[in-house]
Amino acid sequence: MNRRKRYDAVVIGAGTAGLVAGTRLAQSGASVCVVAKGVGSTHLAPGTIDALGYMPERVQEPATAIARLAEADPGHPYASIGAELVSEAAEWLITTVASGPAPGYRYVGNLERNFLLPTAVGALKPSAVIPETFAAGDSSQLGRLVVVGLPALRDFHPELCAANLQAAGVDARGITIDVSVDRADSSTLGISRLFDDPTWRTSFAARLTPLVRAADHVALPAMLGLKDPHGALHDLENKLGRRVFEISTLPPSVPGMRLYEILSHALRAAGGSLAFGAGVVAHERDGERILSVDTESAGSPTTYEADAFVLASGGFHSGAITLDSHWLAHELVLDLPLQGVPGKDEPRFSAAYFDEQPMARVGVAVDAEQRALGTSNVVVAGASLPGAVPWREASGEGIALSSGYRAAQVLAGQLSKRTEALR
Amino acid sequence: MTDLAELAVLRGTLDHCVKCTICETVCPVSNASPLFPGPKYAGPQSERYRVHDDPSVDLSVDYCSGCGICSQVCPQGVKIAEINAQARNKLKREHGVPLRDRIVTRPTWLGRAGTPTAGLANWSLQFRPLRILVEKLLKVHRDAPVPKFAGRRFSKWAKGHTSPTARRKVVYFHGCGTEYYEPWEGERVVAVLEHNGFEVTVPKQDCCGLPLQSSGLFDDARRVVKRLAKNLVPHLTDADTIIVGNATSCTLMLKREAREVLGLEQDADLALVAERTYDICELLLELHQRGELRTDFQPVRETIAYHAPCQQQGHWIGKPALDLLALIPELETREMNARCCGIAGTYGLKAEKYEIAMAVGRDLFQQVDDSGAQAVACDSETCRWQITHGTQLPSAHPIDYLYRAYGLAETVPAADA
Repeated sequence: MNRRKRYDAVVIGAGTAGLVAGTRLAQSGASVCVVAKGVGSTHLAPGTIDALGYMPERVQEPATAIARLAEADPGHPYASIGAELVSEAAEWLITTVASGPAPGYRYVGNLERNFLLPTAVGALKPSAVIPETFAAGDSSQLGRLVVVGLPALRDFHPELCAANLQAAGVDARGITIDVSVDRADSSTLGISRLFDDPTWRTSFAARLTPLVRAADHVALPAMLGLKDPHGALHDLENKLGRRVFEISTLPPSVPGMRLYEILSHALRAAGGSLAFGAGVVAHERDGERILSVDTESAGSPTTYEADAFVLASGGFHSGAITLDSHWLAHELVLDLPLQGVPGKDEPRFSAAYFDEQPMARVGVAVDAEQRALGTSNVVVAGASLPGAVPWREASGEGIALSSGYRAAQVLAGQLSKRTEALR
Repeated sequence: MTDLAELAVLRGTLDHCVKCTICETVCPVSNASPLFPGPKYAGPQSERYRVHDDPSVDLSVDYCSGCGICSQVCPQGVKIAEINAQARNKLKREHGVPLRDRIVTRPTWLGRAGTPTAGLANWSLQFRPLRILVEKLLKVHRDAPVPKFAGRRFSKWAKGHTSPTARRKVVYFHGCGTEYYEPWEGERVVAVLEHNGFEVTVPKQDCCGLPLQSSGLFDDARRVVKRLAKNLVPHLTDADTIIVGNATSCTLMLKREAREVLGLEQDADLALVAERTYDICELLLELHQRGELRTDFQPVRETIAYHAPCQQQGHWIGKPALDLLALIPELETREMNARCCGIAGTYGLKAEKYEIAMAVGRDLFQQVDDSGAQAVACDSETCRWQITHGTQLPSAHPIDYLYRAYGLAETVPAADA
């Protein structure tokens, strides 16, 4: 015995890209294990699918803009994925959410038009596919708006949000509702558990009703329940007699956690496995083939052999790519070559924070099928891909979703060819 | 490495904390009770104020149940639970350890005292006036799920049992739960292993020290676990022999926790034991993936819920029991995704923590109820007792279902379950 496991495909990373790739591979009939050092981007990202928001001007029609971007910037992940596949992946996600564990909860929208949603600081952010709990916040429909905060939520400032929305032309005011949540300091997560309870919703709505006065819309920080957000939204709308919507908050992200539950549920339902704590510490390679990865596990590492691997470990932010003190950039999981690293004498950083940063587009070097260069059986997905600046483009979740979806497509073809060859 | 250097490595992981709050999202205790502010607050945040020889800065760390999920999900590799265990140990040293914690953390004492007098002991544990008195005197909650003594010891059965000689050898570490409370579990583990061609050795063994460690009694825990490792090592006669256990929390103690939390990285016996120790489901799934597990399973027509205990998740190997249970024809297994049953070893027995433990478990109990399951499979004995307490449904180790599906129940003397 030597702690050795075997799967058709092993996915490294359990953020949106990894979970989507793993689920799709499992749905195609492959045996799949998703191994992850820890929980991924879902718990931190807003839970909306921002496909493309800026280019650099604000994007209204993401599908058209993605097609233009693909033409203008062949190095961008969308150039090889293509607008059509982004749409297909978004539709798959909408179906997956609808059949997920939260009753009635669904995602709305498409790649034809972006919603424009208020953020916690009162900016308007373009987003393509969003939870139903965000939908009434689309600025094109907003009437008189009241933004509601709670004293226990110290990172959400309704007055700041409302003041900035006003500057953007929305008739908004901020109020704080003094309800006790059992603690002096809480997060949206703690409060969301309260909203899963219909009794709490009723008492919350009763306290809120006299405060909303003439407002048409009521905005709350994203905390309308983890298990039953659909019920919570409709309960509140009925009781308040007004449209209600969520505004994404600082982490932890309640809508992101819902998305995690939905995707991990889909992975398990398709027969896939998931191992946390299992950060990759070593790998075995034979020429162009990665044969196995060793992951951390209690006692000694566990070896996962597979025919194919999806690398969805994230970029600089997750620590999967680093720039060391000798100014060398490394991919730490499989030691793959990077792309986009500035040359020896080129600047690595720009002094102005919001300028185009030379390191921003660094990622694992890939071919047009997202295959890591120099390998035959590693496909890259999500923030590990080079060529994008997701935080400027508002494209991170769109890239994660569609590149994860595509990675599974590329590998499913390869795996079934191999199975046929064996027959 | 010196002890100080080891501690520095553990504390060094603090620098990787980016305050992302992912640990806070999964903490069973802070999500159920305001008395524990959460792993990030108690760990990386409070740690900045902890100075050697200064008084503990944060008393709430005593409410951490030590489940370890925070460390498991941290994307940056911060050893949150381990750092909090160290802080809890310091707190105990300052404030003194209650008599209760010196008693309930020693399953061997309890087992040796309770086994010969099982009838009386079990009656007493169910006798309410006495439980109220025990709660008043010892602060063990009157409603807490305490197990029944089996009245016989597994090791005694093992002594009278001869495992057929085989090429593949395995050392069975059964733990105290099997020894004193559920000896039939051990008999089933042995039967399943022998059915798969293993020769099973059951060495003389004792507690792994985990209850002592989680109550902050580090010196006692070190002594106990080092003694256990010393007893196991002589049985690792060749390079292929491994240790297998059915108590996932105790095997995790041997694999990692003792070395990391108690700072025993230097102990050579423990290093060897850690490398060779397997959880029973981990071992059987690996065997299956090699095509070497017998799959002569008969159908088991039952719907069960499966809960992976926190300490099983701490092995960082996913949920092998689910894949094994899936091999049994007609057995319908529903995976529960609620994080924790609440008991965390001896945590939920303590009078001041019982209500928290029940609040933590409520999600799981509800899910089990909703699943329509007739029974619950779970790898850890204290979790099983808590789940049965919370759901009124019978619970068993996943290995029980393999044992039944293999038809071994008919060939081995009936268990006294």
